[in-house]
Amino acid sequence: MSANLASFLYLVSGVLFIMALRGLSHPTTSRQGNFYGMVGMGIAILTTLAFATPSVGGFLLIVLGLAIGGSVGAVIARRIQMTKMPQLVAAFHSLVGLAAVMVAAAALYSPESFNIGTVGAIHGQALVEMSLGVAIGAVTFTGSIIAFLKLDGRMSGKPILLPMRHLVNAGIGVALVILIAMLVMGQSPTAFWLIVILSLALGVLIIIPIGGADMPVVVSMLNSYSGWAAAGIGFTLGNLALIITGALVGSSGAILSYIMCKGMNRSFISVILGGFGGETAAVADDGIERTVKQGSADDAAYLMQNAQKVIIVPGYGMAVAQAQHALREMADKLKEAGVEVKYAIHPVAGRMPGHMNVLLAEAQVPYDEVFELEDINSEFSQADVAYVIGANDVTNPAARDDKSSPIYGMPILDVDKARTCLFVKRSLGSGYAGIDNTLFYKDGTMMLLGDAKKMTEDIVKALES
Amino acid sequence: MENTVEQALEQLERATAGVRAALENTEAADAAGALAHGVTGGAIDPFVFRFAIFVLAIFVGYYVVWSVTPALHTPLMSVTNAISSVIVVGALLAVGISTSGLATGFGFVALTLAAVNIFGGFLVTQRMLAMYKKKDK
Repeated sequence: MSANLASFLYLVSGVLFIMALRGLSHPTTSRQGNFYGMVGMGIAILTTLAFATPSVGGFLLIVLGLAIGGSVGAVIARRIQMTKMPQLVAAFHSLVGLAAVMVAAAALYSPESFNIGTVGAIHGQALVEMSLGVAIGAVTFTGSIIAFLKLDGRMSGKPILLPMRHLVNAGIGVALVILIAMLVMGQSPTAFWLIVILSLALGVLIIIPIGGADMPVVVSMLNSYSGWAAAGIGFTLGNLALIITGALVGSSGAILSYIMCKGMNRSFISVILGGFGGETAAVADDGIERTVKQGSADDAAYLMQNAQKVIIVPGYGMAVAQAQHALREMADKLKEAGVEVKYAIHPVAGRMPGHMNVLLAEAQVPYDEVFELEDINSEFSQADVAYVIGANDVTNPAARDDKSSPIYGMPILDVDKARTCLFVKRSLGSGYAGIDNTLFYKDGTMMLLGDAKKMTEDIVKALES
Repeated sequence: MENTVEQALEQLERATAGVRAALENTEAADAAGALAHGVTGGAIDPFVFRFAIFVLAIFVGYYVVWSVTPALHTPLMSVTNAISSVIVVGALLAVGISTSGLATGFGFVALTLAAVNIFGGFLVTQRMLAMYKKKDK
């Protein structure tokens, strides 16, 4: 196969990847889009095999690698619980990062196979591209592992603040630039591995100070990094499919990070600098006796049964309690009773973009009953009941009214405007941001204290009787 | 006038040198690059073309991703993750035609990791997308 034909086919696979993303503009076209993505990947792999014509031994190794990796991937994809998607995506990002490092290492030791020179005489430009790819890849690898550990609860979601961390990070950044220059001039593998080690350390350092509530931004950001790493390697190999994909993924992750930051009214810089959500903000203690109205499942069932319109607001707590199926049952019962039921999703609800939508889809909630914040926020004032399950900070009126609140300015769902707000919660503690929610003490609020799933199931029982 | 003829002759000479090099050199890609280099007088590096594609792809990505519905942001992340494992092409080259055992080893690790991502990423996306249903009326 000629180099020109190969490049042309890589371009085709790049275009198919663009169509894969394009398909996601609507649920009905999305499956088709995913199929285009698979075809694009198939074309890229077959083209490479036809162009490079590996030896028999090499071919067997390739089949073996694809078989091992493929079966592991397929089993994971089938078994993973939908509530664990954020962890899974973080873990997958780390694999892309490590793969980028490994491909770059292979290119360093066997540059002939990549057409970028010979050992000790690799083109300077290729080395620069390669070292950028490897540095970003290594940061993505360790950064994603930390994100995975935090999302999976194997590591505390609290930010870990090391002394002088900004100085240390800046120092590592400068050292990386010097090492890249040394690699280009001296071609020494030592410089290459030092770049890898420092970047691995940097990945850990930049993610540990970021708190659990900021994880949606982190996951999107690492998504973006994995794209830039792929693009860096793509330049080294002169491969169009890789360059196009890298650019697509890089910009996709960047846009998602932007949307998440906007959903929290925080700047990207302040998220990256970290530290948010760790300090236990002083609970507003103004000496006023605050009373909380508590209710039972029966009270909630009665209120909702007699309502005309109920808006359900799910949050991360719903995911933790796996309450989505019980919630759908409750909605079904209410619909049978003639109540209009809608779902309202805050952009940063859950631990990754779109997390709640996937869980509701899993529970077979039709997607045309699920609405984004800007589309539904005006409807709360006409709703009889807002059923808040596992969300907290995204409903806190302080973000709207209290200028001194750390979350002031964050867009919130106006659940307090509904006639009654039913708030399912384990205890009266504060949310992830460590801020007291004034909503609990409002007249129209009824607290349903207990596990989200258990409470919802009890309401379903009460609705049946 | 004379000047331009001279220049043209010079370019022709360079081009024929490129063709000769192509015949001598087994690596077609290099030769084609050298030829293009010769004809354009070495004015445009292939990097520039790649970079142009990269920049344009960023813009395409920007507009395409903004049109993705927020309800599908999780599948968006898993599918971008799957397609970024197209880095597997580098791993295939390393395993298939590398000249050093070390490079083959690194390539094999990269290949296996990327394969986990390709299959895992696309299949989990498919599983998620299959769940999005409309209200049945």
